[in-house]
Amino acid sequence: MTVQNYDPALMAAQVDNDEKAFADLRQRHFKARAKLSLENEQLRGSFLGATDFLQAKRRAVFEDTSELEHLRDRGEAIRQQSLAQLPDLLETLEKNLTANGIQVHWAETAEQACAHVHSILAANNARTVVKGKSMVSEEIELNHYLEKQGIECLESDMGEYLVQLAKEMPSHIIMPAIHKTTAQIARLMHSRAERSDGQPVPYTEDVDELIGNARAILRDKFASADAGISGVNMAIANTGTLCLVENEGNGRMSTTAPPIHIAITGIEKVVADLADVPDLLSLLTRSATGQHISTYFNMISSPRKTGELDGPEQVHLVLVDNGRSRMFNHPQLKPTLQCIRCGACMNHCPVYARIGGHAYGSTYPGPIGQVVTPQMQGLDKQGELVSACTLNGACGEACPVRIPLPKLIRELRHEANSTAPASELDIPGKGSQRHLGEAVVWKGWALAHQYGPVYRSMTWALSRGRSLMPHRLGAWTATRTMPMPAEKSLHELAKAAGIQQQPSGVEDPS
Amino acid sequence: MAQQPFTRCRDYPARPQQVYLMGTCLVDSFDPQAGMDAIQFLQHHGVEVLFPQQQSCCGQPAFNSGFDDEARQVARQQLKAFAADIPVVVMMGSCAAMLHCDYARLFEGQPEEAQAKALAARTFEFTEFVDRVLCLPPLPASGERVVLHTSCSARRSMGVAECHQRVLQNSGVEVVEPNRVTECCGFGGTFALKQGDISAAMACDKAEAVAACGVDTLVSADCGCLMNIGGTLAKQGRPIKTRHIASLLRQRQEESL
Repeated sequence: MTVQNYDPALMAAQVDNDEKAFADLRQRHFKARAKLSLENEQLRGSFLGATDFLQAKRRAVFEDTSELEHLRDRGEAIRQQSLAQLPDLLETLEKNLTANGIQVHWAETAEQACAHVHSILAANNARTVVKGKSMVSEEIELNHYLEKQGIECLESDMGEYLVQLAKEMPSHIIMPAIHKTTAQIARLMHSRAERSDGQPVPYTEDVDELIGNARAILRDKFASADAGISGVNMAIANTGTLCLVENEGNGRMSTTAPPIHIAITGIEKVVADLADVPDLLSLLTRSATGQHISTYFNMISSPRKTGELDGPEQVHLVLVDNGRSRMFNHPQLKPTLQCIRCGACMNHCPVYARIGGHAYGSTYPGPIGQVVTPQMQGLDKQGELVSACTLNGACGEACPVRIPLPKLIRELRHEANSTAPASELDIPGKGSQRHLGEAVVWKGWALAHQYGPVYRSMTWALSRGRSLMPHRLGAWTATRTMPMPAEKSLHELAKAAGIQQQPSGVEDPS
Repeated sequence: MAQQPFTRCRDYPARPQQVYLMGTCLVDSFDPQAGMDAIQFLQHHGVEVLFPQQQSCCGQPAFNSGFDDEARQVARQQLKAFAADIPVVVMMGSCAAMLHCDYARLFEGQPEEAQAKALAARTFEFTEFVDRVLCLPPLPASGERVVLHTSCSARRSMGVAECHQRVLQNSGVEVVEPNRVTECCGFGGTFALKQGDISAAMACDKAEAVAACGVDTLVSADCGCLMNIGGTLAKQGRPIKTRHIASLLRQRQEESL
């Protein structure tokens, strides 16, 4: 196709600029990242458009709200029952996977998980890896780790592939490149993607052609890779089966074409039985993308058996803790582990819709990210994330397994400001967001509101001093007028009107 | 935050002789007339309204900021002020939700736990009480059109979005709702101060959607949202006034006398 003003050098420079802008964003604090994202009109348009679209898709497949609520009840029950017996299920899973010929590796930390993957690859002298989509591998920063060991790790999910080419991070857990426009992707593919013959791909803004170009490159990589790495959506304990949900077929290619398959997942992804899968799968695909079922649903139960013509010779599962045991043991925050990673919470979050995924500065953005990330990395490092929520409840309403996300965010705010002594079981950085200034303000606020006469004096002073109200109040008045107190409070008006305070016979508590 | 089916299925009492009114701290200082309108509206329908002078704030600002001890100190005062076993009608959805949905957690394991749960059970948001308990006959159409903003607490925690709509329609006004009707206006209490840029962006989008309705009155039963959206509209020089639903209902009641 012909493109007006085609200039490959300019395109490459634009792609480099995007990379620099991302690197610059990463260096900043949350507020600065949010501000930069808010000022980026293209980004605002992309995210608002995408979340509107995804909300509409979900609504369309959950037309029957009573069915939806029933399914959510089931999903919540399955996840809660699975978590209630988590230690036992994990033992059963290991036993049955091992019996099926799948090797199980336990990792307490991100570092250990990366080291397990590396040692499996090193033992088999594997130098090239294709990856299906795995958020846990993002969480443990596996690509970075393997690159340092000289192992090439190529993302094969289209969105992940683009994000990797751009040297960025996913901005959404289901749609990693949702922040990019077609024009940006066209420039990126042309400037950075390399065909197996070493040539750049022809420039195109046609979506089907763009995907075709990526597919051609990836086909060669699937055929030649020494190993494949994937995530896991559900691990079935009683049968020793790993389930993988995907739409592009890259998951199946990554897990079947190379001689070694390494699956990575969090310890919370286990369910007891095959019967638990259909409801969770239906909730997952419908909540995530508005699909009744995904294009592919893989059930991996063993390596290649004698006499079989294809499939990997080795299958490994790396089970990652990375803070999950701590969540498991926290009475209020345990529901964090119910998550099936559908992304519906971010699709329905008005804050995510405005600042986008990168502003969160974490692997998992949006409401679930605000809950997971501080628990994994510590409230001292990621504590500000919990303030970026209006507690409007849209996420909790959309969550297919009824995680009370607003409640959890509020609990984390409490943990962040706690003065109770920290123990080993606590979230790292407990109490770290408590600042003297704010603590003093709340102490003063409590004094003013817990004694009737003090409170009434305060509101009296506020109304009488209304003409002295400042016209500016920080960020509030940058875009809003200052609210004006009334001449008399409701307490005064009610008293003047002779409104009784208590039923007859009941004493006034003062 | 309670699940919707739970709150929607709650039992409602027959019309009581007496109710408490919880004015809420924002209405108290910034829109006290809405409180008086609510009192007169309810009394007109034969319900005696009691207004304890000892009430102040439900404690939500501190609770939502993670300062539970301070929230509890203030909430205890409300347990005392609204001690008698009669319904409590609350002027704002978010404060009603604090009592109805969050007091149980706030007083978990505390000596006042049972008292807090009992208060939660007899707490009603203003439009919820009017719609579900008073069950009034409809008034004739007035020709007036208003834009309705339902707060997130009213919609999701209390499950009373339909009550907002019904009491307005029942009073003879035409209700218009903005685009992205269920989306938060960006107030979120201390969120507006702690994350000012994000809050402002959300408020501007909401103001835009409200203005696009082409109606000159915005109503809500949450003062925080009204201050946020109304303040944004005013700063932009858009001539749209804000009113609490109670004031509009009282006006319609007087017009129909």
